[in-house]
Amino acid sequence: MNDATNHLLSGWLVLLPILIPFATSGFIFLFRKQLSGKGLQLQQQIGVFASGAHLVVSLLLLQQVIAHDMLNVQSSNWPVPFGISFVADGLSSLMVVIVSVMALAVNIYSLSDIDKLRQHFAFQPVYLLLIAALSGAFLTGDLFNLYVWFEILLISSFVLLSLGNTRAQLRGAVNYVLINLIASSLFLAATGLIYGYTGALNMADIAVQLSTLPQGIVTVIAVLFLVAFGMKAALFPLFFWLPPAYPAPPIAISAIFAGLLTKVGVYALIRVFTLFFVYDVSFTHTILLWLSGFTIIVGVLSAIVQDDIRKIVSFHLIAQVGYMVAGLAFYTDLGLRATIFYFIEDIVIMTNLFLITGLIARYGGSFKLSKLGNLYRDKPYLAIFFAISAFSLGGIPPLSGFWAKFMIIQASFAGGNILFTLVLLFGAFITLYSMARIWQHAFLKTSENKTLSLEEGNLTQSKRNFYIPVVALTALTLLISFWPQPFYTLSKQVSSQLLSPQNYIEHMFSEQNTASPFKVKESKGEGH
Amino acid sequence: MESLLSIAVGILFATGIYMMLRRNLIKFIFGFMLMGNGINLLIFTVGRLTRGTAPIVPEELEYLDGSVIQDFANPLPQALILTAIVIGFGFVAFSLVLLYRTYTVEKSLDTDMLQESVLPEVTP
Amino acid sequence: MILNSIILQTATRILIALLLLLSIWLMIRGHNLPGGGFIGGLVGACACALYTISYGVKKAREALRLEPRIMIGLGLTLAFLSGLISLFLGDPFLTGQWIKIYIFGTLVKIGSPMFFDIGVYFVVIGVTLAMIFALEELEFDYQPSSEADK
Repeated sequence: MNDATNHLLSGWLVLLPILIPFATSGFIFLFRKQLSGKGLQLQQQIGVFASGAHLVVSLLLLQQVIAHDMLNVQSSNWPVPFGISFVADGLSSLMVVIVSVMALAVNIYSLSDIDKLRQHFAFQPVYLLLIAALSGAFLTGDLFNLYVWFEILLISSFVLLSLGNTRAQLRGAVNYVLINLIASSLFLAATGLIYGYTGALNMADIAVQLSTLPQGIVTVIAVLFLVAFGMKAALFPLFFWLPPAYPAPPIAISAIFAGLLTKVGVYALIRVFTLFFVYDVSFTHTILLWLSGFTIIVGVLSAIVQDDIRKIVSFHLIAQVGYMVAGLAFYTDLGLRATIFYFIEDIVIMTNLFLITGLIARYGGSFKLSKLGNLYRDKPYLAIFFAISAFSLGGIPPLSGFWAKFMIIQASFAGGNILFTLVLLFGAFITLYSMARIWQHAFLKTSENKTLSLEEGNLTQSKRNFYIPVVALTALTLLISFWPQPFYTLSKQVSSQLLSPQNYIEHMFSEQNTASPFKVKESKGEGH
Repeated sequence: MESLLSIAVGILFATGIYMMLRRNLIKFIFGFMLMGNGINLLIFTVGRLTRGTAPIVPEELEYLDGSVIQDFANPLPQALILTAIVIGFGFVAFSLVLLYRTYTVEKSLDTDMLQESVLPEVTP
Repeated sequence: MILNSIILQTATRILIALLLLLSIWLMIRGHNLPGGGFIGGLVGACACALYTISYGVKKAREALRLEPRIMIGLGLTLAFLSGLISLFLGDPFLTGQWIKIYIFGTLVKIGSPMFFDIGVYFVVIGVTLAMIFALEELEFDYQPSSEADK
């Protein structure tokens, strides 16, 4: 196989994680009538199959990226700074793999969790569209294209959030939609300003051009991006939309939101604050550090006063975002390494916690701690699954959360930031307390509450669908806990890539990418 | 011309944000639309205003030197704005329907109604 | 909401043909001149919206034959397939592929961007009509209930 063919094939591999769910979503939309027979089973099977294919493709992509450092494709074959590039570097391909694992797990869970009516109202195609948009947002190498993927992501999440039209959902959706309208407006304005100052939209090109601009302008744009992405990532003080919105839809939808949506914001922050805005680190990254500290404190403190498990987990979700951004704010190799590792383990745990929360409520008949109880006696296996995820979140060794928190704290110490280290430890401590609270109230406490069986609900599917994803994600947590080496090596590779944006830029402007595609009409001249 | 447009952008932003701060949610949407137009105008302005021909290169010019092309307007901001308008259009349509649904349930569009929690005890 | 105006209904019959023709013309000339699938689609949607206003949603749905949702799916599929063609010819996604054929001695270029544009055309008509139909079918009775609503 020669070099050009190889380049082409790898290019298609970069696009496949976007194209597979996108095409499947369109296919199900188009043949919805035909596929709606037999209790929508065919539709669901196609959806799960597409998620599986997505997983396979993204694993292949990650393997290729580890081998070749970076892959890219120029859509429509335009040379580099002009067309829309899709780039898979370490971070993007890792994120796509995480997306696909979570997407598959939640899709299986949703088979039982999402009721008939919602399934009928196009749950499956919108869900796949969400996956496609997530993959697109991670893989694109063009700032405006990132905006477009964000919008596709938003509109499909709007639909998923309000699907079913219950009162809580509508209120949550109003919060979520309105704040996101502001966030995307700011993102667009910042993109427009960047375009005005640099004349570029390709991320690598922007990174080159920004270095020549006066410092003040770059910092203003940086702060605009910080606010826009901070809203999506639910950073302090822009997180107030999250607690009413995330717990409102059925738990499968909450789980995929919790696992992935805020993380897209964090990903975008990492992308722009390691590639574009690296010239005034003492200012921009200090803001990030303060924000992350407050996010952690406010997140954990709000969590301990809640009674509803979904709200507790939602507030911890916010606090965990603080931990991730902390690693970015240090802007050291150790810090970024910790952030990447945190990404891997936290998304697994958060999704799993939401899925288990759904099971707790199905057994206990309520989400409220004050009403739950007896679950350890009646459902010991569920208790074990919960304990593994919850105490990993709290950072108990040797579970995966311990390694992640250890790395963050190590990075904080290395930066000589004692006060911030205390904040991190305090956050971990309160997280542990709040997890122990759920454990105590929902599992250990004896109460009048009778434990229901899953069959008592209006279930159409078997309970296998509930347990397969929970068991798989718990196994993944245990894998990261007891064999963290490969994940650690991966995060190391990714963080070193992030810290040398020069390589990214050089790769994008390599001969192969900037070559003019107009081979036939050489006489046309250079200007296009 | 640029300074005039900049002032227009500023006015659109200011009115938009003022409307977004109102307590009525419908007014929020109007504010968003105004601000969206302000942003589109911003992109248009920062893309350099060229008083020339539409950015469509006639066939006779195809073999000429690249420098001629400078006389054409910049096509990229137009593409960006078109995309942004379409996305904004979709968002506004969705939010209006969402607010309508909310209104039928809550009988109000005052932001105060969002304060108390109405989470059901169990997911339906 | 139906206006039930004879003048509008009569004018619509003539206008709708003209508008649809204009929309197709705009779509096809779009590759080299101002126009394109998006603009064409909007004009086409305008034609259907006009019909909806003068005859009502029910009649408009009947006249359209295709569900707007199906049109969106169809358009997306067409646009997607036009991008996929380049896979088999060894180019990245969405690369324009052209065939030149002579019809009665005139050079006609047919290419994948054209099919992409047709896909966009259908998506735009479908989306716009889906929204218009949905909004027309709502019965809106907004009455301000608190001070802030006014």
